[in-house]
Amino acid sequence: MSKIFVDKKAYEVNPKQNLLEACLGHGLDLPYFCWHPAMGSVGACRQCAVKVYRDENDTRGRIVMACMTPITENMLVSIQDPEVKDFRAGIIEGLMMSHPHDCPVCDEGGECHLQDMTVMSGHNYRRYEFRKRTFRNQYLGPLLNHEMNRCIQCYRCTRFYNEYAGGKDFGPQVLRNLVYFGRAEDGVLENEFSGNLVEVCPTGVFTDKTLKQHYTRKWDLQMAPTVCAHCALGCNTTAGERYGTLRRIVNRYNSQVNGYFLCDRGRFGYEHVNSARRIRSARARRDGQLADIPKAEALDRFSSFAAAGKMIGIGSPRSSLEANFALRALVGPENFYAGISDAAHRLLGEMLAILRQGPAPASLLQIEHADAALVLGEDVTNVAPRMALTLRQTVRQVWLDKAEKMRIPRWQDHAVRELAQKDHGPLFVASPYATRLDDVATETHRAAPDDIARLGFAVAHILDSASPEVPGLPEPVRAQAERIAKALQEAARPAVVSGVSTGSVAVVRAAADVARALAKAGKPVAFALAMEEMNSLGLAMMEPKPLGEALEAARRGDAQTVVVLENDLYRRAPAETVDALIGAAAHVVVLDSLEGRTTEKAELLLPSTPFAEADGTVVSSEGRAQRFFRVYPPPGDIQDAWRWLADVLGLLTRPEGLSWKNLDDLVEAVARTFPALERIRDAAPRASFRIAGAKIPRQPHRYSGRTSMLANIAVSEPKPPEDPDSALSFTMEGAPVEPPAALQPFFWTGGWNSIQSVNKFQEEIAGPLRGGDAGVRLIEPAAGSAPGYLNTVPAAFTPRSAEWLVVARHHIFGSEELSANAPAIAELSPKPYVALGAEDAASLGAAEGAAVEVKLEGGSARLPLRIESGLPRGVAALPAGLGPLDGITLPIWGRIELTR
Amino acid sequence: MWSVLRSLWLVLMHMFKPRFTVQYPDEKPYLAPRYRGRIILSRDPDGEERCVACHLCAIACPVDCISLQATEDEHGRRYPEWFRINFSRCIFCGLCEEACPTYAIQLTPDIEMGEYNRQNLVYEKENLLISGTGKYPGYNFWRVAGVKIKDKDKGEAEREAPPADLHTLMP
Repeated sequence: MSKIFVDKKAYEVNPKQNLLEACLGHGLDLPYFCWHPAMGSVGACRQCAVKVYRDENDTRGRIVMACMTPITENMLVSIQDPEVKDFRAGIIEGLMMSHPHDCPVCDEGGECHLQDMTVMSGHNYRRYEFRKRTFRNQYLGPLLNHEMNRCIQCYRCTRFYNEYAGGKDFGPQVLRNLVYFGRAEDGVLENEFSGNLVEVCPTGVFTDKTLKQHYTRKWDLQMAPTVCAHCALGCNTTAGERYGTLRRIVNRYNSQVNGYFLCDRGRFGYEHVNSARRIRSARARRDGQLADIPKAEALDRFSSFAAAGKMIGIGSPRSSLEANFALRALVGPENFYAGISDAAHRLLGEMLAILRQGPAPASLLQIEHADAALVLGEDVTNVAPRMALTLRQTVRQVWLDKAEKMRIPRWQDHAVRELAQKDHGPLFVASPYATRLDDVATETHRAAPDDIARLGFAVAHILDSASPEVPGLPEPVRAQAERIAKALQEAARPAVVSGVSTGSVAVVRAAADVARALAKAGKPVAFALAMEEMNSLGLAMMEPKPLGEALEAARRGDAQTVVVLENDLYRRAPAETVDALIGAAAHVVVLDSLEGRTTEKAELLLPSTPFAEADGTVVSSEGRAQRFFRVYPPPGDIQDAWRWLADVLGLLTRPEGLSWKNLDDLVEAVARTFPALERIRDAAPRASFRIAGAKIPRQPHRYSGRTSMLANIAVSEPKPPEDPDSALSFTMEGAPVEPPAALQPFFWTGGWNSIQSVNKFQEEIAGPLRGGDAGVRLIEPAAGSAPGYLNTVPAAFTPRSAEWLVVARHHIFGSEELSANAPAIAELSPKPYVALGAEDAASLGAAEGAAVEVKLEGGSARLPLRIESGLPRGVAALPAGLGPLDGITLPIWGRIELTR
Repeated sequence: MWSVLRSLWLVLMHMFKPRFTVQYPDEKPYLAPRYRGRIILSRDPDGEERCVACHLCAIACPVDCISLQATEDEHGRRYPEWFRINFSRCIFCGLCEEACPTYAIQLTPDIEMGEYNRQNLVYEKENLLISGTGKYPGYNFWRVAGVKIKDKDKGEAEREAPPADLHTLMP
């Protein structure tokens, strides 16, 4: 630590930071625009000017930009010097010269960094009387709104979009005071992380178009900490509600997980909560039709089924641990089945076993710091999107390390980029088809899943000859394996990433072997396995039985009642299989929040809560247990799935049902039943947690309309709803102090209304939140244990004649069930198709767009052909989770014929 | 004895002083145009709604009696989808008027709002919106703002240069 003096007061600061970071880290207010904690400094906006003095005798000092100034020991700095304050006021006056008179109609208003900084700098009256420059806006797709007049040319958008996220279709244009940030022409922004521009832009140039549909100011949102429901990474988000509908999602900083950024699926996928297809009351089948029934009647019926005969439960990877556990308690552990296909169940079990033996699953922060990475068979951008943004940063680590050796600080963004030029650190991507990381990859490898596994095993064998050898490897692949192994060996902090994309156990095992070989060589390897759903790993940790056995049980007549928890079974198994299961049961009870194919088959349908109305704990693919909290109380009879199940248990006078009063009781029960989940107790403070005797308010202190918003219904204000399940309240009353990170409903401090106020909540800039980041890691293999290698090298892939190995191709927009119900995401979702390589398509005699018949075991469909040059011979691809064949588990061999 | 007589005398003398009591409602008191009475929403000189649904009145309101929902027309002009004031909570402090950046919300010298039923004091937009400009005749926010709306393109607001040509290479 170094000591510096700011306005004659001593501060201990981290010498690796710049002066701006050091000042902000100590809570000093210094305005800035172009600097971003994740993107470093470029010194473009000149707003963070401070005075630095040579020594005690220097009274004049010199003005420097704090973001470009390294810390030196005993540095003398002044923020408050009148001359430098004038300088900053002058800079902001210049920046504001052409800023339009838009604040009242600007979506950024009230959480605008430019507003905050203008107030902070003291500029309050426009002296410039000439004409303002104006720009025309562009259409940027259904996610972002563009209002270019408001731009202050800080360059943050292009630094994020082009340099950080690797976007190609956007950038700065024109010159002098006409610099324009946009695309060459109108069109949908291609990058999957474009939504971050909403937060990166200090003003209202880029705003959330989905929020605009139901616009609400930040101060009017009732907010709660939640966890993204659209993949397994467990990114922390803040969801905001007004007048009973969910309005938007913003990033909630967690240094270990998502840091400052989210993917577009996570940010814009929330609108399924407001869908017209929401189930809003309990329904029961009468004369073949589902009709609304009162809650009490629904519970009576449910408990009568339970009393009537044997009951089986089908859990869900998109439900919380508590909901799955309550179902397991109702039906009994021996009748609790995983709500995923058997192949996915096997793969998930394998991944859990691998992670438990080690290496431990890496956090995204750990992956970001890797200086070499191997992505084995995973389409990261489309399965676990946020991880792709992280992997993109790994290619810079080599140069960041080199820069540091040349005494260029890591935060000197453009100096480091100049040093690196176009060079990237090692990143190898093996996948059956082109991925969105290929542009920064050192080398790519296109092959069928088995061949990808063989490449992985070959790399592991080169790293450690004790691992199994791969027989009959072609020379080019062997040479590539050598190069990959060399790069990983030379790296100080290698990363290995794989996951569910290929659906192949062999690929995951190969990745594990590579990681284990690196760990054995003493490398701090960052090993991550991408999974599909919010609680995939949590479900696996509850040890459910495979879904296939549920069908067996139903056939045997062992399942009078089937209870389906928040799951569309038609996405998990072919339609005949699901129909057989449902047909064999006398009663089908479905708990879900959205109407779907499975809910249509229900005899009794209970309305459960989507993430924004639910409380629960989920386990991310990192093995991090995180609690999410409801943003607003679920309307009407809607209640959490675990509460429905606990109510039934109560009616059946089972001890669990009688003792489960709130979420904490369930958390306790889960923790006691599963030793592996014991630490979920610590994922967040209990409901009895209080600060100065008060709960933590979900509403900001400026929440408006309290005595008017419901006055149209009744002029007397109702009592605010109570929340028995958490330490958060549905009011604006509470202690004005910082809650623990897991309960942080929003980031907001005095003078810092925008999301950039997160600086004030961190231990140091870009460090963990004060008091520790949210969540607890559950999977930490014993230190020093050296797991053995998985000796399962598959045979080389051989294409078949007239048959193709159909693999799943995930899509960030469309493949995930819930977000696909959000209109903006649905607009970006691809239409169903089948993809073939160019040679295969030619041999079939089919052109792009031709209708082909895809015949798989379990279903066939006519689909348009898409030609993808990267696909290896003998391999076809179907979009995962969308289209008529979404229930068939891939990969699978199938026939593809040209329809005449 | 003396003090009783003095009091009687003083009271008697008051009979000949001018009266402060006004025979309301037959006789109306004078209320200045800036008197803080019933709140209205005004229209701009073009006859369009002035309110742009910025929510500033709502946040300024100390009793939180204003709520609204913003929406936009097909040309991008923002306006309140609904706008509600609960006058049974209103303290007529005038902070909403002070906060309003478009002169939309104004307090008027009308104080005759008594109701037998409290529910009738909840005013919706149709009860609030008047057909004129109220106290501020000239101002039209949209002629100053940079946002494009119907019949006002980019660069057509006050003190605005025409939209920049993105293909120019002139220094």
